[in-house]
Amino acid sequence: MRITNWGKYPVAESTLAAPRSQADTAQLLRGADTAIGRGMGRCYGDSSLAEPLIISSRRLDRMLDFNPATGRLAAEAGVTLSEILDAFAPRGWFPPVTPGTRFVSLGGAIASDVHGKNHHVSGCFGQHTAWVDLVTAGGETVRCSPELEPELFAATHGGHGLTGFIAQAAVDLVPIQSAYIRQETVKAANLGEIMDAFEQSGGWTYSVAWIDCAAAGSGLGRSVLMRGEHARPDELGKLPAKLRAAPLTLPPAHTLSIPVDFPSFVLNPWSVKAFNMLYYGKAHSGVSESIVPYTTFFYPLDAVNEWNRIYGKRGFTQYQFVIPKEAGRAGLEKILARIAASGLGSFLAVLKLFGRQDHPKGNMSFPMEGYTLALDFPIGEKLFPLLDTLDAMVLDYGGRLYLTKDARMSAETFRRGYGALLDDFLAVKQRWDPQWRLQSLQSRRLGLARQGGM
Amino acid sequence: MRAIVILGATSDIARATALAFGQAGWQPILAGRDIEAVGRVAGDLSVRLGRPVPALVFDAAQPETHRAFWENLPGPRPDALFCAVGLLGDHEATRHDPDLAQRIVTANFTGLLGVFALAADEFEQRGKGLLIGISSVAGDRGRAHNYIYGAAKAGFTAFLSGLRQRLSRSGVRVVTVKPGFVNTAMTEGKALPKALTASPQEVAKAIVAVAEKGAEVIYVKPVWRLIMLIIRHMPESIFKKMRF
Repeated sequence: MRITNWGKYPVAESTLAAPRSQADTAQLLRGADTAIGRGMGRCYGDSSLAEPLIISSRRLDRMLDFNPATGRLAAEAGVTLSEILDAFAPRGWFPPVTPGTRFVSLGGAIASDVHGKNHHVSGCFGQHTAWVDLVTAGGETVRCSPELEPELFAATHGGHGLTGFIAQAAVDLVPIQSAYIRQETVKAANLGEIMDAFEQSGGWTYSVAWIDCAAAGSGLGRSVLMRGEHARPDELGKLPAKLRAAPLTLPPAHTLSIPVDFPSFVLNPWSVKAFNMLYYGKAHSGVSESIVPYTTFFYPLDAVNEWNRIYGKRGFTQYQFVIPKEAGRAGLEKILARIAASGLGSFLAVLKLFGRQDHPKGNMSFPMEGYTLALDFPIGEKLFPLLDTLDAMVLDYGGRLYLTKDARMSAETFRRGYGALLDDFLAVKQRWDPQWRLQSLQSRRLGLARQGGM
Repeated sequence: MRAIVILGATSDIARATALAFGQAGWQPILAGRDIEAVGRVAGDLSVRLGRPVPALVFDAAQPETHRAFWENLPGPRPDALFCAVGLLGDHEATRHDPDLAQRIVTANFTGLLGVFALAADEFEQRGKGLLIGISSVAGDRGRAHNYIYGAAKAGFTAFLSGLRQRLSRSGVRVVTVKPGFVNTAMTEGKALPKALTASPQEVAKAIVAVAEKGAEVIYVKPVWRLIMLIIRHMPESIFKKMRF
């Protein structure tokens, strides 16, 4: 069958097996020449696509244990953040790190070592996992943690399934007192202003900006920064009494009070309106405050089912890079100008200042301290040459691309971007998958499909 | 807290429905043939709900155990019984193997009558209660493709229909669910038309929605009501020549 991930590009002609137990998973792995694991298919490109076999964690979807004293949740890899939120947010617990959609699996969050709006405070997802159980290429189950097989643990986070099939894991949830976020919106007229705004928002737990990619000249970098904190019950004064009485319960969807038109919160040409409302709607004051449900703050796009379909059958790719902080201003200026001149990108991009990122030996997670920018590009003929040009600029500034979004970078770009991190990762892979049987379309493209494949 | 006994608790529909009832403030009590599997489902639910969920043995093929099962349920007497027991079987084999055919009829129909009778009597006496059975559109008209399963489900549908009429003045709701195609272990590997196929979560939501009031015979995807209306009313002379 034809299988694609969120960007609908590329297409794998493959078999999708969904085992119901670790034993069945091990049997599948032992019987396959090559395979890769897959969760909810929410990565954009081909990280979790393989031919001829993909092993889905969809049916490994049980929660195993929760310790209310520590917030530690153990669950099978197919459990989604959405299910975790449904079960635990009403009891005062929240994922320690969440990407921009709640429809990712626990296994996927680990394989991508996802980051969120709190990266500068909390790092990546893996900083909060206590242990991971992997089914290795040889069909053995191995538990790894910061103490047990620490290099395997490090390499599995951000390892995109190439160290083993993630079967179950434990993650430490963080306490919250309400289902709401106290949000501040800050207008920035240009790149300098938004970078200052990020610097000034370092004390906030969550921060992210929407940047207008069409703006040029003196308006280059025009953006809106949103920063937030989990609201305390005593900060919910503006809400109706009925909602205040149950602070951990999300308001019914139809009574949400949202500062912008909800369904137009999409990172595509339609979102011009939403951006403009945010940007111009808060007249006079550069900063405005509101109380919003966590769903609005973290998952605006989840309200639009299958929003990826707006890009049509050919699909799209999301380009996400990071460049070191010291290269930030010059680099972003050049890259944004190049994107604006191409006219190919989405109107809006997401900009975020990453904090420091540890890479324990074996780990090749994407972030580094610096600026990360993500935007959508519909797949088309002119696109790939443009992205190659952008790759060269990103690499020259000492940056790299995010594998979870990637569907097209070259092996050379990958190697230059990840450098020594990649070498250490490959040493771990060599140990746990000596025949290099765990491979994806992406890993083949990036030269990771066989020993000495560099 | 109202309690709901869930038979066939390891099925995907039962799991989703137990969670949905749990989230709506009910206490699920799980039962099924394979106690280890039921235990795993109960473990998952207890983590999700933040309260213990009991796991019991119930085997439709052992009707002699059903009275003891029903009378010895843990906790206060239950307010509802939900049955998701079902066995599809390989139909080609079922046509020619009387033992397998018998097993299918037992699992989908005759093996369920006893426990429903006990629950119906208790709820009738109390003047309150909820009985829910998962039947099937396959029971609306027998087709060459799966008529033994269909016949068993037809029997179960008729049984629930009769029960509903009997209990209509006693304050007891009897709900028949005909889910149509559902993405579950039962249908794994089959190519199902997307527009006609529900997820277990959709089935669960539809069931919880009619727990208090509303229709007592539900098709999860409304289009199935229309499809089955047409299929039921086709003249036999045409129907028998069709291949679907």
